[in-house]
Amino acid sequence: MTDFVHPGLLFILGAIPIPFLKGSVRKAYVLLIPTLAILAVLTMHPGGYGAARFIGQQIMIAKVDKLSVLFATVFSIMALIGTVYALHLTHAGQHVAAFVYVGSALGVVFAGDYLTLFLFWEGMTFASAYLVFAQRSDQALSAGFRYLMVHITGSVALLGGIILHGFATGSLLFGPIEGGLGFATCLILAGFLLNAAVPPLNAWLTDAYPEATVTGAVFMSAFTTKTAVYVLARAFPGTDLLVWLGTVMALYGVVYAVLENDCRRLLAYHIVSQVGYMVAGIGIGTEMAVNGAVSHAFAHILYKALLFMGAGAVIHVTGRRKLTELGGLYKTMPVTLALYMVGAFAISAFPFFSGFVTKSMVVAAAKQDHRALVVLALTMASSGTFLHTGLKLPYYMFFGTDQGLEAREPPRNMLVAMGMAAVLCIAIGLFPQTLYALLPHPVDFEPYTGVHVTESLGVLMFTALGFVMFLRALDPENTISIDTDWFYRMGARHFMWLAEKPLARYEKAVSDVSETAALPFLLGMARAGLRIDLHGVDAFVNAVARAILRGGGALRQFQSGVVTHYALAMIAGVIAGIAVFAVAWR
Amino acid sequence: MIKRVVDFFGDERHAKRRRRLFYLVLVLIVIADFLVFREHAEYLWERLPGWSALYGFGSCVLLIFVSKFFGHQCRLMRREDYYD
Repeated sequence: MTDFVHPGLLFILGAIPIPFLKGSVRKAYVLLIPTLAILAVLTMHPGGYGAARFIGQQIMIAKVDKLSVLFATVFSIMALIGTVYALHLTHAGQHVAAFVYVGSALGVVFAGDYLTLFLFWEGMTFASAYLVFAQRSDQALSAGFRYLMVHITGSVALLGGIILHGFATGSLLFGPIEGGLGFATCLILAGFLLNAAVPPLNAWLTDAYPEATVTGAVFMSAFTTKTAVYVLARAFPGTDLLVWLGTVMALYGVVYAVLENDCRRLLAYHIVSQVGYMVAGIGIGTEMAVNGAVSHAFAHILYKALLFMGAGAVIHVTGRRKLTELGGLYKTMPVTLALYMVGAFAISAFPFFSGFVTKSMVVAAAKQDHRALVVLALTMASSGTFLHTGLKLPYYMFFGTDQGLEAREPPRNMLVAMGMAAVLCIAIGLFPQTLYALLPHPVDFEPYTGVHVTESLGVLMFTALGFVMFLRALDPENTISIDTDWFYRMGARHFMWLAEKPLARYEKAVSDVSETAALPFLLGMARAGLRIDLHGVDAFVNAVARAILRGGGALRQFQSGVVTHYALAMIAGVIAGIAVFAVAWR
Repeated sequence: MIKRVVDFFGDERHAKRRRRLFYLVLVLIVIADFLVFREHAEYLWERLPGWSALYGFGSCVLLIFVSKFFGHQCRLMRREDYYD
């Protein structure tokens, strides 16, 4: 019995037989793999596995410690929930892509060196892009390509950073980066921040996630940003820059969420906002802050997936995604609504739901670190979170104006998956110590104090009062919002304009000039050359040849064949030579 | 059971009871905030009972109007065919 089975490889290798299986055998199989992965994670022991040397460098496929086990636990649980949610799919493609995606995310979480990390990092990018492409609409295809382009750019930065860092330190082992932010470190950090969707590198997320398939978006909401949180927690704890980026990020997401009309894009902006708490926590870097950040990642994966599953269920049933086109579904989809609301209470950090015991740890750590502004900004972002995911989105989707949509509850597997996530959201809220025991540092934090409960409820319920009072101001509008993707979407358009208009025109002008002026000139030159060649050069050569021929004929007459004639000629020559010599000598 | 709870929040005929319950909850929260024991207050505002209610309401209003200001005045919101 080996004491370590890599759960990532379990997923990646386990994806291979999926296309060859059919019907209920495939269903049983795709549920078996995540279950085995959960078992593998629960039974693994801390240590390093798969150490080897590659291109002269020490590599380590898997490094198991509390931090990696924490993320691997929630990743494999999430994979099971996501697979249940996607169980009704008839095509194998999305299952395969999701498995490779989850496997790669687990590969990153266990990676003990940068090369392994980079390999799985790329695997995630390509596998997740498939989940966008699988939607097959024109919009999804373009969004998928933008997603790929942005991530590949980020990966190039990351790879560059890794190589420079490797040269500078002589080691590619992955661990806390010391010695301030040099160029190499900045490149690595930029690669990580891009995947964490930190503004201004956030637009790929809100661009692509809402275009992915209903089931694909559930996976995407869980893995890419949270692996980025993991690597940041591993490599950059206590980097002050992250505190400010995280705080800005938390508010950035909620501001955009006010403007958003697409239900899953609104939720995507809340990923940005929630990851802000984690990035800020990692930036603060104290034991409590890092505990808060990673436990919040754990809780976030489950409640965010639940929210995406709820919105996805509505899209699956109605085929509509805009809040302006939805409404009145509470009569036909009460169970979906109730399960969605569990996720909404969890993300908003209501007492007895998961967010309450994790998000508050980050805020408490900021308080302990005497960062008043961060505390206030993060509390404000909490208010915004409840405002959108807990009030605005459910109001306009399930209540509001009844659009008379024909709807029903989604397939049972979707409801079961949502139920699993909902149970975990409540369980973490009720029994936080179970989660706290998994955290990398010892926990000295009690979420359920009287003042914390009343303060949280005060912020949240009075946010609800504001919502009720200014409901009309929040009415969704049929618009899209400009985010930082504007730069590359419009930039690409300008580039294409440049290529199609001035560059193409220049190219045409050059070819016109060559066709109308240069080509006839060259042709004329060639003709003139031919004429000179035929009439001038050839004639001269012919004339010379004829002259030589004639001269030769004349000379031949001197060849009499009589020796005395030749002797006479030689004597005449010698005399002439002496005469010339004598004259020249003198 | 779920259906009844959901209907309570959706149906127009429960609107009055809903509103009353909501206001009752708000009042109870503020009262509770006055009663809880505050052992350790890092900042001045933490000693102020009812501060969180005020801050929550203020944040909500601020976020709605500042965001809409960005959306409309700074032209962040565009027609849906903007990129087409």
